Amino acid sequence: MLRLPPFDFRAPRRLAEAAAILAGEGDGARVVAGGTDLWPNMKRRHQHATTVVSLMGIPELAAVDDGGGELRLGATATLAQVAASDAVRRRYPALACAVRSISSPPLRNMGTLGGNLCLDTRCTYYNQTEPWRRAIDFCMKEAGTVCWVAPSSPRCWAHAASDAAPMLCALGARVLLRAHDGERVVPLEELYRDDGIDYLNKRREEILCAVLLPAEAAVEHCAGSFWKLRRRGAIDFAVVSAAAAAWFDAGGAVERLRLVLGAVASRPLRVVAAEELLAGRRLDEEAVAEAARLARKAATPMDNTDFQAQWRGLMVERYAAAALRQAAGLEPGIRPPHHPL
Amino acid sequence: MSEPRNVEPAAEASRVTATLRVNGEDHTVVFPVHHTLLEVLREGCGLTGTKHGCELGECGACAVLLDGRPVLSCLVLAAEAAGHEVETVEGLQEGNRLHPLQAAFADLGAAQCGYCTPGILMTAKALLAQNPEPTAEEIEEALAGNLCRCTGYRKIVQAVAWAAAILRGEEERPPEEAFLGSPLPEVRR
Repeated sequence: MLRLPPFDFRAPRRLAEAAAILAGEGDGARVVAGGTDLWPNMKRRHQHATTVVSLMGIPELAAVDDGGGELRLGATATLAQVAASDAVRRRYPALACAVRSISSPPLRNMGTLGGNLCLDTRCTYYNQTEPWRRAIDFCMKEAGTVCWVAPSSPRCWAHAASDAAPMLCALGARVLLRAHDGERVVPLEELYRDDGIDYLNKRREEILCAVLLPAEAAVEHCAGSFWKLRRRGAIDFAVVSAAAAAWFDAGGAVERLRLVLGAVASRPLRVVAAEELLAGRRLDEEAVAEAARLARKAATPMDNTDFQAQWRGLMVERYAAAALRQAAGLEPGIRPPHHPL
Repeated sequence: MSEPRNVEPAAEASRVTATLRVNGEDHTVVFPVHHTLLEVLREGCGLTGTKHGCELGECGACAVLLDGRPVLSCLVLAAEAAGHEVETVEGLQEGNRLHPLQAAFADLGAAQCGYCTPGILMTAKALLAQNPEPTAEEIEEALAGNLCRCTGYRKIVQAVAWAAAILRGEEERPPEEAFLGSPLPEVRR
């Protein structure tokens, strides 16, 4: 059996208590919510902890609050709860679509929104058992020195595989982080760094408590879309994903647009060049094609997940185009993914 | 957040005593706090019907119901399951009477090697509790996290649909070919 290593387990009932434990335990403490990322990582000895602090016993972290303005999603709301939430389905259907595409139904019953946003970056040379990794003398992300995807590279190229992250970045979500010494609210996209190892701009003791979705990103103001490529219709992580959110002016031209790619960088990747190109233009076939080419240029798919990197680069163009077309109300132009929309 | 490379595992595994409510019965068990529900069900409660497959959340073999919802017992700590209702495949039958899902799986050959079957039965049970008349697509969607390497899934989907019909009190039976296969094509000489 693949067993977890021993650790101390704490399940506080209050957030302040969790923050105090994390502050007191130092580097050996880790937070767990649904456990669908941390437990497999600890079983394969990627991630280590002397103390694991569960957030699942803290009721305030699981709440979904819809006052009609900003929507607040608690970090430990499960992915199933988020996807089934009336407020999310009605006001942010593109987010419901992205969350429903994550993994499989039992995993969505366990995994949480906050956990998906903090998902460890992934790589073929990293997501393996311990003996497998030992055989290649590990890699830079862990105990080794070399990035096996790009051996002369000074950095780790593990990719960000979250599906909620690109969609929430496109919608302009913010996150609430809290530690024993205070709290801060930051735009979600500032939570990420393009580094496979240090991929989160957050201190170890900071707890991601909630996701705040702005009212301006609700479906009555903003057209959102999410497209994802993977080998099977369930379980697999994305090998390419594209999320778009577009605001149109009265004349039907793009007032503002965000295009964010998943799984082709160590962070959700905003395609700023495409966003600038499209501002003020009508989102027609020509504009979509130009923007999609810029998306392909911005992406750096590496040979570190399923499918060939070069083909995934081509797919970035197709999937970015599909997301933009759907936001513009055009036919997406590719076959729908297998997951229900 | 960079991974600390020098974290030593806790020297002594701390043990806890907890009462797990499994299939309506209380099991008081002592186990190391880092043990999963799967380990404690199999090794502490002696309920070996729940199988361990990948143990990483990719195959669904270890699915059980936690408060009626399918979860993967390989990724739930037993300590976290205390205070919740756990249902495993052992709780499906009533006395000597098989649950309609079990009967349909047996009659249709929806279980071949049978290793994935407990997880699929439990996931299907949760589906039927929520949706008594699922379409084939809804069954496929609900079972999307359960891998089966033998059957090719068609028999599984048929069996769940048949069990749903039985539970609704309908007499309808799958076509005879579903039990016996299609007749071989006639060979011309």
